[in-house]
Amino acid sequence: MPYLLSAITLLPLLGSLVILFIPRGQERWVKIWSIAISLIPLALSAYLWFSYDFRAGGIQFEEVYNWIPAINVRYRMGVDGLSIPLIGLTALLSTISLYYSAFTIKERIKEYYFLFLLLETGLMGVFTSLDFFLFYIFWEVGLVPMYFIIGVWGGPRREYAAIKFFMYTLAGSVFMLLSILAIFFAEGTFDILQAAELRPFTDNFFIQSLAFWGFFLAFAIKVPMWPFHTWLPDAHVEAPTAGSVILAGILLKLGGYGFFRILLPIFPQAFNAFALVIAILALISIVYGALVSMAQWDFKKLIAYSSVNHMGYVILGVAAAAATPIGLAATNPDFQAVFDSKAIALSGAVLEMFNHGVITGGLFLLVGIIYERAHTRELREFGGLGSRVPVYYAVLTTAALASLGLPGLAGFVSEFLIFRGALVTLTPLAVIAISGIIITAAMFLWKVIQLMFLGPLKEKWVGLPDMTRWEIITMAPLVFLMVLFGLYPAPILDLINGAMVNLLGSL
Amino acid sequence: MDFVRLVPGFPLLGVVLVALTGRFLGRRGTALVACGAVGLAFAVALGVTGALLQTPPESREVEVSLFTWAAVSDFQVDVSLLLDPLSAVMILVVSGVGFLIHVYSVGYMAQDPGFRRYFAYLNLFVFSMVILVLAGNFLLLYVGWELVGLCSYLLISFWYERKEAAKAGMKAFVTTRIGDFGFALGIFLIFATFHTLDYAEVFGSASQVLTTGLATAITLLLFLGAVGKSAQIPLYVWLPDAMEGPTPVSALIHAATMVTAGVYMVTRTHVLFELAPISMLVVAVIGAATAFYAATIATAQDDIKRVLAYSTISQLGYMFLAVGVGAYAAGIFHLTTHAFFKALMFLGAGSVMHALAGEQDIQKMGGLRWTMPLTSITFLAGWLAISGIPPFSGFFSKDEILASAFASGQILLWLVGVITAGITAFYMSRQVFLVFFGEPRYSQHTAIHAEHRSVPHESPWIMTIPLAILAVLAALGGFLGPVLEDFLGPVFAASEARQSLPPLNEAALIILSVAAAGLGIFIAWLGYIRRGVDPKLVAARLGLVYRLVRNKYYVDEVYHALLIRPVWQAASVLATAVDQAGIDGVVNALGSIMQSAGRGLRRVQTGFVRSYALIFLVGVLLVLAISTLR
Repeated sequence: MPYLLSAITLLPLLGSLVILFIPRGQERWVKIWSIAISLIPLALSAYLWFSYDFRAGGIQFEEVYNWIPAINVRYRMGVDGLSIPLIGLTALLSTISLYYSAFTIKERIKEYYFLFLLLETGLMGVFTSLDFFLFYIFWEVGLVPMYFIIGVWGGPRREYAAIKFFMYTLAGSVFMLLSILAIFFAEGTFDILQAAELRPFTDNFFIQSLAFWGFFLAFAIKVPMWPFHTWLPDAHVEAPTAGSVILAGILLKLGGYGFFRILLPIFPQAFNAFALVIAILALISIVYGALVSMAQWDFKKLIAYSSVNHMGYVILGVAAAAATPIGLAATNPDFQAVFDSKAIALSGAVLEMFNHGVITGGLFLLVGIIYERAHTRELREFGGLGSRVPVYYAVLTTAALASLGLPGLAGFVSEFLIFRGALVTLTPLAVIAISGIIITAAMFLWKVIQLMFLGPLKEKWVGLPDMTRWEIITMAPLVFLMVLFGLYPAPILDLINGAMVNLLGSL
Repeated sequence: MDFVRLVPGFPLLGVVLVALTGRFLGRRGTALVACGAVGLAFAVALGVTGALLQTPPESREVEVSLFTWAAVSDFQVDVSLLLDPLSAVMILVVSGVGFLIHVYSVGYMAQDPGFRRYFAYLNLFVFSMVILVLAGNFLLLYVGWELVGLCSYLLISFWYERKEAAKAGMKAFVTTRIGDFGFALGIFLIFATFHTLDYAEVFGSASQVLTTGLATAITLLLFLGAVGKSAQIPLYVWLPDAMEGPTPVSALIHAATMVTAGVYMVTRTHVLFELAPISMLVVAVIGAATAFYAATIATAQDDIKRVLAYSTISQLGYMFLAVGVGAYAAGIFHLTTHAFFKALMFLGAGSVMHALAGEQDIQKMGGLRWTMPLTSITFLAGWLAISGIPPFSGFFSKDEILASAFASGQILLWLVGVITAGITAFYMSRQVFLVFFGEPRYSQHTAIHAEHRSVPHESPWIMTIPLAILAVLAALGGFLGPVLEDFLGPVFAASEARQSLPPLNEAALIILSVAAAGLGIFIAWLGYIRRGVDPKLVAARLGLVYRLVRNKYYVDEVYHALLIRPVWQAASVLATAVDQAGIDGVVNALGSIMQSAGRGLRRVQTGFVRSYALIFLVGVLLVLAISTLR
């Protein structure tokens, strides 16, 4: 199927432009149109997932056109086992968010849907582009709509949060742009894969490090890694529910994706040199994120900080893959074992990004669902809801258990693989990281489940209604994925692992 | 023997049916499906065990692979079940005792609004426990291990309106997760060493691959998991609180099956433990210490279920003592008899509470042998079994353990075991005498009068029949010993060369331990029936010691002060001082610096061309000056 990736990426943009021509007062059609148009990328990405030949591996469904020949910019798209799960996740969460918003967004509907579809294009584009120029455009395209979604449809402190989010990300972007330009002036290319082959600045480690840290800063802010994370709780708390879903589900993955697509393949030397530093930052994110999350009383903030914890695992996985001497001789008896461990850590990290999108995306929806009816997120105000809202109780418990890494649900698989890989190359750090599972267990069981659902029912919640049918429809696909990839992760792991073995082999 | 997959299959089907269609099944249908699922699992377990017996002893090992769970580089794990004599015994105990407790629960929970949820959880537990014991590799073991933990959590806090129940559930989950942290590390270490998690491959090559140090590290980490799950020192604190759950749950999960998972796991991995003498010693010492320690606490508790809970901790200690000295078959034997008599006594306690409108304080009971004859007689069977009076089952299994400890040269541990046997007999007799003998003390205290009947009543047949069956097993289960050890023999063939004692010594040991038990019973009789000694006076005499024991050595308080509070305070400080004031403070400060810098620089942009020209001129001169000076 030609133009498949362009279609997946640009159809939402096209859809958003059409919205501009739907007259005011026809909000119903805006909603229907947006949801319908978002189903096409969803269907196409499902097709992409199943028709990608993971046995052959490598970049497939490639599209290459000359764009600005003067500076060697090309329109190049392509996907592999790294990007396909993230594309699928983006398509799924976008549709779910649009569907959920149809019931919850009451004002400026046209603008909202316009921005949301534009956002989807920006996010998709980051995962499909293989040219820095294109990549950077999509990277920035995703930024603007999110700024407005937080700033217009957000909570009381929305403007502060939106500006903080914008400035933070923009600051990162600037450094990334400098690094991109540095690569261009050194190697004369904007092609991401070519850059990975050429290995810019191999002769000058200092310049290589500068370029590396430039990218790192952009990605670390997006992930976000400690200590660049403080925009996240503010943005999450103020953002409307669907905004939080996309923010946690996809936007954070842009940063993670950069580690796999750019930092590791293009700067293996620098990454290797700084792996320990980055691993320590990741470890701090893990432990610190879990502890600070546990100290929150605001449900949404708690989930936001738990993202810092979970994304820390992702980066720990990447750092583990970069940590050992890259040029370990193939004749070394340990070579294969170390190589395998690194591939396992990387695969676990990619899967963790996918799982985190599903689980935390779901958790933010659940925060929104309870906030819509209780008008509070203060956990101490709840109590004893278990008997009032049994369906909500069951769904939230499932998501919380998935998030704290219970076997049989998705979160466990990816964390297990990351630990399994990281223990070989970053033993002491990994041991501390594993202790994080104790804190997250305490946090979810105590702060969320116990405070909300258990104990005697408080008087004021007697009339609280349970999840409606459309809310159940919103959550159903996410819960299904949590269970499916918990019980049977082999299909998605086959896809991811091939790409990760390729990536490591190329280093 | 492929049918073994049905052993977890039926309970899983039960969960799905009860959860999805329970609304239409009604109570009767739900009960039938849930009990039927476990009953069928038991029937299949009997069948596959029979089939196993048909094959020659050396080839009694069948692996059934269901599907490939994940394959990532060299990390490949199948979902596969392993049926051998050890797992056969375990599935028989789990599904057999599980079935009886399911039946009992139908009566016990009859009035509960959460009936359907209860049976869905209970079936899920049986499924998870069967997976745990049938797992053919460490990963599946871990999955079952965590799932039983989840079921335990859900069932402890089953009556979630009760704050205590909610707290107890969380305490159980988090405390055992500390153990799981070690357990997971141990599994990772196994994988890093063997590049596989498959039992057969790991155990097959262990003696060539492992150094003593590595074996010690792996086994100690695994044992940490067992310490959490099986409630040993120092992670036992969750089990007494777990009594907040419905009593049949305490019987099934927190006495007969789940808490024995640690014993099973150490037995399953005994090949690794044998390569690490230090770990074996640690297991035996922790076991003996816990046995003694928990028994002392049990002597001064007044809650009928908590006495049994501490007793369970203590009995689990005996099992670890057994496996720690290499007497695996004896450990599994005691696991089995304990499952019979402890499940029996928990269900009996449930029957008593059922009759006394939920009263749990044994000081407010008494004389129930007249009003609840069946419950009393069956409970007495359990009492004699745990006290180690021949020919009741506990006598045989406990004696096996003590003899093994003695024979292996651990005289000190043996002595601790014997003393503990005496204490055990004392606290169980105290309980029995206070509950079933003497004068009724409930009329003044409990709310019996509010009920329709003014006299405690015997429970319905659906509860007493399981009691009767368990009583028979508790009484006669000891005679299964030789059969069981013969059956389990091949599993431990490679390792076990147990030094047998000369018959005379063995007889002396038996007399000693029976004497200890007799002494314990006698003291309890003196204090609580004959009233020759006033227990309150003794308690007052003991003063500090009594207060220490009565308050469980204040361990909960110490943990709270030394562990829980510091972590919580660290979290609060990080969240407010470090995160909000510190990091975000810097971020906001940077923001305002930028703003004020912008405001300041705005002054430079005056719009006067002359000043721009001046600045321009200064710049040009500077550049010229620098370039000429160089």
